[in-house]
Amino acid sequence: MKIPYFPGCSLKTYASGFEKSAIAAGKALDIELVELPRWNCCGVVSSLTKDDLMHHLAPVRNLMRLSDMKTSGLADEDKRLLVLCSMCMNTFKRTNLKVRENSEDLATLNDFMYLEEAKYDGSVDIVHFLELLKEYGFDKISESVNTSLAGLKVAPYYGCMLIRPKEVGIDDAEEPTIFENLISSLGAEPVSWHAKNQCCGSYLTVNKQDTVIKLTRRILDNAQQEKADVIVTSCPLCAFNLDSRQALLQETNPGFEPIPVLYFTQLMAIAFGLDAATYGFEKNKVDPMPLLNKKVFI
Amino acid sequence: MAKKIKLDDKTQAFQKLVEDLCGQNTAKCDQCGTCSGGCPFVEDMDITPAELMRKVMLGQEDVLESETMWICATCNTCTVRCPRKLDVSKIAEALRQIRLRNEIDQLDIGKISREEIKELPQIALIAALRKLSS
Ligand code: SF4
Ligand code: SF4
Repeated sequence: MKIPYFPGCSLKTYASGFEKSAIAAGKALDIELVELPRWNCCGVVSSLTKDDLMHHLAPVRNLMRLSDMKTSGLADEDKRLLVLCSMCMNTFKRTNLKVRENSEDLATLNDFMYLEEAKYDGSVDIVHFLELLKEYGFDKISESVNTSLAGLKVAPYYGCMLIRPKEVGIDDAEEPTIFENLISSLGAEPVSWHAKNQCCGSYLTVNKQDTVIKLTRRILDNAQQEKADVIVTSCPLCAFNLDSRQALLQETNPGFEPIPVLYFTQLMAIAFGLDAATYGFEKNKVDPMPLLNKKVFI
Repeated sequence: MAKKIKLDDKTQAFQKLVEDLCGQNTAKCDQCGTCSGGCPFVEDMDITPAELMRKVMLGQEDVLESETMWICATCNTCTVRCPRKLDVSKIAEALRQIRLRNEIDQLDIGKISREEIKELPQIALIAALRKLSS
């Protein structure tokens, strides 16, 4: 299956391990992620005021780019766009809601971008990789597992953007299970913990570091209380707050024990027994290898 | 017994401005406090999300001086829990927009050191710039 795929800025830079492992894990399942031609940044956050159309331009311009992906033979379909980053997913889905409900807004956006070859008609569905994996079947995913993750305790971190608000979430907003199902299908043990859908502080990491540290501390503490070995996420911003910000936590709390934060696709690549080069751990701040060497690669 | 509060023209105009921007009918709010109770940022806010809602409902323009709208990071915890299906994050966005459209920024990127900017991923910088500056 060749599906159009939107990487977004983070996956091309500091979250490159997310992309690398996702492409490899997809390939192992016969899912080929075909990069959207001439994509641009989605804008990260959605605009929430009714009259602010300007901030919907970026997602819509991307959605226009799918139009000839099927006819040109690049992909098998052109009505679904696969995304990995939770922030991108949320932003795309919110824009889609806006333009599907307001044809005048869609017309204005199309008019503004009159130089583009294609118009957007609102017909593209945004699909998160986790949703595609669910559709593929978690039982079937188990068949691709070659490395035992038995005994590895994995805390699934949903954060906000994957599940809220309800109109765009991929699972139940309060009690989601999609991550747990994936983790189980990979042979690892999903940890039950209450911080799984608590906010990490998001972009306030730029100007309100203390607030963010407080929130990440709560999340990391809860993961450790529940004896998690690793945390998995699908959001590069959560990963920054939960992983990179642990250095600050260690400075101020000498007893603090670091915990690795992985993208779920990195866990997939390990479970599938893929080449270590596909894990893309170079950018992970808390090195997961010592733990994995102890628990997985015995 | 129903009790009616009548807003004067000025307060009504402010309330209408916010409601038109975000499409929320603040009169529906019961002041139950569910939003404040679940907000992960509430202890760093000067007024709670429910108070923010209340102030807009009453057209109190001094809500624009509050820090709360700049701290709300649209985590949408309150959005999925409000029994009246209201969305505080949209009220906060409308208030931010009123400020930003008058070029009153909350984030001055020039004040962040080069080292910090180098360390921050673009996903954080772009999001913060879009929400906190004009
Ligand atoms: S949860 Fe909804 S009804 Fe209750 S105080 Fe907050 S906004 Fe009002
Ligand atoms: S959306 Fe804003 S007000 Fe609501 S819970 Fe999240 S941070 Fe608090």
